[in-house]
Amino acid sequence: MQLYLPIAEVSVNGFLLLGLGGIVGFLSGMFGVGGGFLITPLLFFIGIPPAVAVATGSNLVVASSVSGVLAQVRRKGVDFTMGSVMLVAGMMGSGLGIWVFARLTALGQIDLFVQLAYVLFLGMVGALMFQESLRAMLTARRPGVAPVRRAHVHTWVHRMPFKMKFRASGLFISVLPPMMIGAAVGFLSAIMGVGGGFIMVPAMIYLLGMPTKVVIGTSLFQIIFVTAFTTVMHAVTSQTLDMMLAFLLIIGGVVGAQLGTRVGIRLRAEQLRILLAVLVLSVAGKIALDLLLMPAELYSIAPGGGP
Amino acid sequence: MIRLLILLMLAGPVAAQAPPVTERIVSGLSQSRVSITANFDGSEILIYGAVRREAPPPGGEPMEVIVTVEGPAAPLVIRRKERTAGIWINRSSVTIDAAPSFYAVATTGPLDRILTQTEDLRHSITIPRVIRAVGISAEAENAPDFVESLQRLRSREDRYRLDEGFVQFVEETLFRADVVLPANLTEGDYRVRIFLLRDGRVVANQSRIIGVRKAGLERYLFNMANDEPLAYGLASLIIAVMAGWGASAVFRLIR
Repeated sequence: MQLYLPIAEVSVNGFLLLGLGGIVGFLSGMFGVGGGFLITPLLFFIGIPPAVAVATGSNLVVASSVSGVLAQVRRKGVDFTMGSVMLVAGMMGSGLGIWVFARLTALGQIDLFVQLAYVLFLGMVGALMFQESLRAMLTARRPGVAPVRRAHVHTWVHRMPFKMKFRASGLFISVLPPMMIGAAVGFLSAIMGVGGGFIMVPAMIYLLGMPTKVVIGTSLFQIIFVTAFTTVMHAVTSQTLDMMLAFLLIIGGVVGAQLGTRVGIRLRAEQLRILLAVLVLSVAGKIALDLLLMPAELYSIAPGGGP
Repeated sequence: MIRLLILLMLAGPVAAQAPPVTERIVSGLSQSRVSITANFDGSEILIYGAVRREAPPPGGEPMEVIVTVEGPAAPLVIRRKERTAGIWINRSSVTIDAAPSFYAVATTGPLDRILTQTEDLRHSITIPRVIRAVGISAEAENAPDFVESLQRLRSREDRYRLDEGFVQFVEETLFRADVVLPANLTEGDYRVRIFLLRDGRVVANQSRIIGVRKAGLERYLFNMANDEPLAYGLASLIIAVMAGWGASAVFRLIR
């Protein structure tokens, strides 16, 4: 089923798009990440122009996140208070990010910066999570030694002012750390064109000490708004949003997200984290290899040139 | 003055003696417009015609035909990756003033045999000639490599094509060429040019236009995205939210 996409101006197989949306939606529902860091490179790969891929990918992330959040709400897996606090800060961070993006574009090195940001952040976050969850799994498996269960570890995060009660997370902490995380994620998502779930999920677990069961829903809740904002911004400023492409990806994505959520519930928290760590590390590894190895094609064509 | 008279005297009898053979092209297209609809999967256009003469063809080399189809042109930037501090990044770039989004050349024989360099320069027939790259040598050393890579990349995507010997030419009168338009087509006016050649020189040419337009749903979405970007963006969002909610509701029902 070949389909001609009106904005991307390429003809692609409709079933391929449904499948891609499904895979990304599945992972999104399972791990509570938006999937932006997966769908954008995948769309490049099948020949969608980069600008269209970024804008349309964010539209897909909105849909799969809504689907995932609704599944999480029913099992009380969303901390709305925490989500809103992070969202407010996230918008501010995103505003700053858009400004920095424009500066870097003017300098002509935005592609390199985005790639380096991917490698650096995905690599760092993936490695930390992998190491931590591996240790947790080994501890759990060792017979006789019962792991020390603490609700959360008290760190510098818990000594800050402006404390607030986050009931769903069972936390009584300062609003500053969630705001800092929200702002950082908003900033990065504006620059990297992603929802920021892969940074937010570990930050919530390790920095805020939120229980894993509310982390996924809360992360998705915040991602909906960040990516909705991005989608409309792209549609208005660059007219690169392809509704036909988005529609097919979305159909696959929402079904995938529902299935992913079901599977995610069955898995244990540390299994979930180790799988997400492997996924994040492999994407980082792929981008790092692209930068390090000699590319098969040295030349690339881009539209423009201007006056 | 005297020179002019001599010239006229010389030219007069020659013209009377052997009137230049006027050979004109009469041509037709299988379709003058191509509609890109949602299930558009490429298209084939047939360019056919005949050579009209008042006198029998002069002897010597047989006549040859070249047919070109050219998509709308746009400026481009070609970038080249170089290794810097261990990683491959875009370093040098070259700006091309205008390169067609699609270009097909179909001929009756090998181009270098049937077309002279001068005529190619005058009529811009071969692929390197239609890529307008004026003054690029100032932008980067080895600038020709960039143009060559543009040709290579576009040929790989089936956007630039040279089909030597693909024009059927019967008794130096009737010709036909089938040109396949790929599925990844850009909207715009496609120019069809037909050249008649003899001894490597163009003796007649004609140009026609095929309008390639998005139609139906493609047209509607494209117009909306450009005319009402905010409404279009919000509509996309609503679709996303509805689909997300719908899937969630359906799955709850199934369980």
